[in-house]
Amino acid sequence: MTAVDIAVVGAGPAGLSAAIEGARSGASVLLLDENDKPGGQLFKQIHKFFGSREHRAGTRGIDIGTQLLSEARELSIDIWLNAEVCGVYDNNELAVVVNHSTSKTVRAGAIVLATGATENAVSFPGWTLPGVMSAGAAQTMVNIHRVLPGHRVLMIGSGNVGVIVSYQLLQAGADVAAIVEAAPSLGGYGVHTAKVRRAGVPFYTSHTVLKAEGADRVESAVIVELDKDWNHVPETEKTLAVDTICIAAGLTPLVELGRSAGCHVVFEPTLGGWIPAHDSYMETSVPAVFVAGDIAGVEEASTAMEEGRLAGIGAAAVLGYYGADERNALSQVVWNRLDALRSGPYGRKRREAKEVLLRAGENAT
Amino acid sequence: MTIDRTQNEREGVAYTGTPSEQELHDSGGYATQERQERGPVAFIECVECIPCNPCESACPYHAITVGPDITALPQLDGEKCIGCGLCIAVCPGLAIYVKSKHHSETHTTISFPYEYVPLPSKGDTVNLTDRNGDVVCQGRVLNVFTSRRNDRTAVVQAEFDKRYCSEVVSMKLPRSDERERGR
Repeated sequence: MTAVDIAVVGAGPAGLSAAIEGARSGASVLLLDENDKPGGQLFKQIHKFFGSREHRAGTRGIDIGTQLLSEARELSIDIWLNAEVCGVYDNNELAVVVNHSTSKTVRAGAIVLATGATENAVSFPGWTLPGVMSAGAAQTMVNIHRVLPGHRVLMIGSGNVGVIVSYQLLQAGADVAAIVEAAPSLGGYGVHTAKVRRAGVPFYTSHTVLKAEGADRVESAVIVELDKDWNHVPETEKTLAVDTICIAAGLTPLVELGRSAGCHVVFEPTLGGWIPAHDSYMETSVPAVFVAGDIAGVEEASTAMEEGRLAGIGAAAVLGYYGADERNALSQVVWNRLDALRSGPYGRKRREAKEVLLRAGENAT
Repeated sequence: MTIDRTQNEREGVAYTGTPSEQELHDSGGYATQERQERGPVAFIECVECIPCNPCESACPYHAITVGPDITALPQLDGEKCIGCGLCIAVCPGLAIYVKSKHHSETHTTISFPYEYVPLPSKGDTVNLTDRNGDVVCQGRVLNVFTSRRNDRTAVVQAEFDKRYCSEVVSMKLPRSDERERGR
C-alpha cells in the first residue's frame, strides 16, 4: 500500500497541471500514467497554441509539455509510468497494475481523474483494411515515431483535430487528397482550414466516406454527397486514390474510473457524452474525487491545463493545505483565464454546456 | 432528381475553408487601399472570433489591437503599421503576411509564414499560390528568415510581377511539384 495526499490519474496537460498545483500547496503528489512517457497528447502538438500570454499562447504544445515536466521535476512529484489504474474503490483506494505485471494499491487523500478521451470510430465497408486509422494514430506516427502512415491521405472530419492533423501530415511529407465533412459547414477554426486550403487540399462538405477499397490494404476510397437529411445522394460517388484514411470524428471522455468511483454522470453531447458532474473546483459528487481535462468535457489542451490547476487547488484545499479564502482567490484567477478561453462564438456552446455540468455538480454535492 | 447544391456554393470560411473577400474586408485586418499603395503593410486574415491575441503584443508600433476581450478580431491601424513583419511568425494561426505592392517599378514583394521542409533558399524560383492553393505566378525568393524569435516558423520573402499583387498569399509546397514531375 502506497499512501499519498493527492493521486492524479493521467499525466496529460490536465493531470500534469493538477499535480503541479497540488504539489505547490505542499501536498505530496503521485502522478500515474499508463503510457511509458508522460505528457499525454502534448508531445504530439507541434503547432503553436492560441490564447493569450497567460495561456502560453504562441508556444507549441511540445514545448509546453517540456515546461510542465520540468516544473513537475522541480516540485519532486512522484511519477509512475506504465501504471494502469483499474479501479477506484472506497476510502479513495486505487487499484494499479504496473508494467502489466505487478498489482499495487494506492490510498490517496484526494484523487484527480485526468484520464482524457478516446477517439470515436466511423465504420464503413473496408474500414478494417490496413491503412484506415484514427487521426490521432496518424499524428502519433508522424510526430512521435516519425513514420509516415501513407503517402496520400483522405481525412474524414473537418473539426480542429481533422484539419490540424491534415496540416501536420502535409508537414511530414504526405499529400492530403481531401478532407470530407458530413455537415454542410466545416468544424475547425478558419485559420486552420485556410492553412490546408492554401496548400491545395480540397474540402468536401455534406460528404461522407462510402467505402474503402483494396486487396490487402487501402488503395482507394469512395466518397458520396449527403442531402440535408444525411442520406446518400445517388450518383454522386467519387473515387479517390488514397493509401490512408484517417478518421477524425470527435472524442468521447474516458469516464470509466469516474463511474468506478461512483461519480454522478450526466449526458452532455456538446462536450462528448457522459461526463462526471462537478462543481467549480472540479470536485465530483464523490467527496475528494476531482476531474479535469477531457474527462470533464472534451475541449482543448489550454482549457485542460486550467481545469487541472483548479482540481489541484481544490484537492489541496480538501486536505487542508489551503483555507477556503485562499482556495477561492487562487481559483478565481484560473477561472478568469478559463472564461477568456470559453468566450466568443466558438467558446459559447462549450461554456453553456459546462454551466449545465456545474449546476448538476452543485446539486449533486 | 434535382440536387440542392446551394449549401456547397455558400461563400465564407466555414463553407470553403478560406475566408471570402467580404469576410476579409469586414474583419478589420486590412489597411485602406490608399495605405496599401503607399508601402509595405501587414494583411491580417483572421475572420473568426477565436480566443487569441499574441499579434497584439508582437507589434512594437501598437498597430494591432485585440483588446481585453481576446476573442475580438485583430484591428490593424495602417497608419501605425510600418510593414516590419514582426507579427508574421507570432500568429499561431499563420494568418498574417506583409505585402509591399510597389516594391519596384514592376514587382510586388510578399513575406509569408512557412512551416514546411525543405525550406526554399534565397534566389530560388518558386510557384506562388492564392488562397485555394492554385498557382498564380512564379516568384523569386529574396530572403528566408528563420530567427530563433520565429520559433521554427520561417518567414519567406518573395518578389513577383505586380499584376498578381492581390492574389498571391503563399507558395506551393515544392516537394509536391517534384513528385508530380516524377510521375
